Amino acid sequence: MAENYDIPVPKKSFLSLQVDPKMFEKATDDEKRQQDVMAESTTFFKDGMRRLMKNPLAVMSMIILAVVILILIFAPIVVPYDYDEIITVEGVRDKGAANLAPFEYSVKEQSYMEQYGVSIFPHIFGTDELCRDYFIRVVYGTRVSLMVGVFASIMVLIIGTIYGAISGYMGGKVDMVMMRIVDIIYSLPDLLIIILLSVVFKETLDFSKVPIIGKLGTNMVSMFIVFGLLYWVSMARLVRGEILGIKQNEYVLAAKSMGASSARIIRKHILPNCLSVIIIMTAQEIPTAIFTESYLSFLGLGVALPMPSLGSLANAARSGMQSTPWKLVFPAVAIILVVLAFNLIGDAMRDAFDPKLKQ
Amino acid sequence: MAEEIRNDAPLVEVRDLKQYFDVRTGAFKSKPLKAVDGVSFDINRGETLGLVGESGCGKTTVGRALLHLYKPTGGTFKFDGQLVTDKNIGSMRRQMQMVFQDPYSSLNPRMTVEDIIGEPLDIHHLYKSRSERHDNIMALMQIVELNAEHETRYAHEFSGGQRQRIGIARALAVNPKFIVCDEPVSALDVSIQAQVINMFEDLQAILGVTYLFIAHDLLVVHHISKRIAVMYLGKLVEIADADELNSDPVHPYTQSLLSAVPIPDPKTARAAKRIILQGDVPSPLNMPSGCPFRTRCRFATDQCAVEMPELKDRGSGHMVACWNK
Repeated sequence: MAENYDIPVPKKSFLSLQVDPKMFEKATDDEKRQQDVMAESTTFFKDGMRRLMKNPLAVMSMIILAVVILILIFAPIVVPYDYDEIITVEGVRDKGAANLAPFEYSVKEQSYMEQYGVSIFPHIFGTDELCRDYFIRVVYGTRVSLMVGVFASIMVLIIGTIYGAISGYMGGKVDMVMMRIVDIIYSLPDLLIIILLSVVFKETLDFSKVPIIGKLGTNMVSMFIVFGLLYWVSMARLVRGEILGIKQNEYVLAAKSMGASSARIIRKHILPNCLSVIIIMTAQEIPTAIFTESYLSFLGLGVALPMPSLGSLANAARSGMQSTPWKLVFPAVAIILVVLAFNLIGDAMRDAFDPKLKQ
Repeated sequence: MAEEIRNDAPLVEVRDLKQYFDVRTGAFKSKPLKAVDGVSFDINRGETLGLVGESGCGKTTVGRALLHLYKPTGGTFKFDGQLVTDKNIGSMRRQMQMVFQDPYSSLNPRMTVEDIIGEPLDIHHLYKSRSERHDNIMALMQIVELNAEHETRYAHEFSGGQRQRIGIARALAVNPKFIVCDEPVSALDVSIQAQVINMFEDLQAILGVTYLFIAHDLLVVHHISKRIAVMYLGKLVEIADADELNSDPVHPYTQSLLSAVPIPDPKTARAAKRIILQGDVPSPLNMPSGCPFRTRCRFATDQCAVEMPELKDRGSGHMVACWNK
C-alpha cells in the first residue's frame, strides 16, 4: 500500500521527530462518513430552554404555577359560590355561616342537608366574617394578584424596552437627556406617588362603568399608572446598557454599511441580542409587581371592595388571628407560592439564558 | 466611444479626505482627533489598492469614511464619476460593500447563514419571490465555497475562515463594484489567510470587483495588491506599484516598515539590516508640526518641522511625501 502515498519522505536527521508518512493508514469510507456528522444545530431558544428544563427548581416552580393557574381558571366554574355572594340556605341569608372553619357546615346548612338528603358544596377554606365562601375569595384574590403582576410587567416591558432601545441606540446627547429623565423618575418615592394618584383619581375620575377595571377600582388604576410611570426605569436602564455594548459589534456596522435603516438595525440586530436580558428582567418583574399589589392592598390602597386581593384578605384576617388563624394562612401561602415560583423561574431563566454565566 | 473613456477613468477618486473625531478633554472642552487628515488616492477599475500602516494610523477610518459609516469632516469622494454625498449614499451602498476584520463579531449570532447573506437582498428588495431569494443565496454560498446544507446554521457553528467567507458572500450579495476589505485576514491563522486571499483574487478575476485592501501585513498586501499606499498618523506618505514599493521604497517610514517584514530564510534575514525607529508614535491628539513622521525620522531637517511635504510623483506613479528623499 505504501506506493499510494506520493508524499516525498525527507531525509531524516538523527534527532528529528518527523513522522514517517508510511506509518499512516488510509481512512475507510465509514470513518470518512463520521466526519460529516456535525452536532445538531441549536437555536438560542432551544439551547436556553434545554438548560432551563434541566433545573429541577425551575421545573417544580413551573408545575406549581401551572396547577395554581388551572385552579384559578376552573375553580369559579366548579365552585357554586361567588366572591361577593353571602351564603344563603333556601333563599334566606344564613347568619350562622360566619367564620366557619375549613370543610365545616353551618347549623342551617346541616339541617337543610339532613332534611332533603342532598349535599352542599363544602366550604374548602371555610367562610369569612360576612358569611362568604373563603376559598373562592382566595382564588379571586390570587387572580387579581397574578393579573396585576403580568399586566404590570408587560407594561414595564414595553415602555422600558422601547425607551432603553432608543436611548442606547441614539447615544450622545439624546441618551444623556433620556437617562437624566430616568434618574429623576428613579428618585421619586413610589408609595407616595401611588397614594397621591389614587386620591386624585378618586376625586376626578369614575372607572366604575369600565369593565374589569371598574371592579378592580380606582386604586388599581393608579397602581397600573404608577407601574407605567415609575417601574419601567430599571428595565430601560438595563436595556440601554446592554444595547450600548451590542452597538459596538461589527455586525451592526455591517448592517449600516449595507444601508439598513435604524429601525431595522434595532429590530433585527440589537433587540434579538438583548432578548435574554429582557426575558429575565420581565420574569423577575412579575413577583415584584405581585408583591407591590399585595402590600398596597394590605395598607388599604389596593383593589376596591368587595373584590378581594391576597393583601386585603390578609389584612382583614389580621384582627381574627387568634380565633381564625387559617384565614391569614391561606392568602399568605398563596402569595408565597406564587411569588416564590416566579422568583425561582426568573432566577433559573437568568442562569439558562444569560450567556455570561455559561460554563 | 464615450463608454471607453469612462472605463479609463478611475472607479474611486478620493481627494483630501478628512475625518476628525471630537475628543472631550474636559467638562466642556473638546479637541479634534485627526484620524485621517487629507488623504487622496485613486483606484482603477478591477484593481486592488493595498493600504498599510501601523495600528491607529487611520487606515480603517479611511475605509469607513468612504462608506459614510462616519460623517466625513472634509474632502470629496467620487465613485464611478459621481460624487458620493449623504443624500445618495443609500443607493451608492448597492455598489460599495465592506468585508470586516473580525469574523466573530461581524456576523449576528442570532441569525442563520441564509439570513445573514440574504440581508442586503432584503434591504435593497432585490428579489421578487422567496424562491428567487433562496436561489440567490445558494448561488452566493457556492461562489464562496460554502456547503449549501449549512444555510440554516448559525454563525457560531463555523470556523473563522468559513465565517469570513460568509462575510464575503454577504458583501457580494448586491453585486458591488467596489469592496472595502478592512483587514479581512488579520484575525485568521496563516493557512486560512491564504485560502481567503486566494478567494479574493479569484472573485476579482471572475467578477471584476475593485478592492481597497486594508491590512498591516505587508506580505499579504504585496501578494494581493497592484498598488500599495502607506499611511502614517492619518496621512499618506507613499503610493507606488506593489513591486516597486517592495524593491525600492523611498519614504524613510516605508523603508523601516519593509525592513521589519520577517524573512523566511534565516541566512538572508541575518544579512538584512533592520531599520529600527526611535521613540513612539505621537498621539494623534497632539500631532507634531509639519511632517508627522519627523519626530522619528533619521533624515529630519528644520524644514520638516515647518511644512508638511506634498505627495509628489517621482516618476511612473510612484508618489512620495518627503522633503529629503
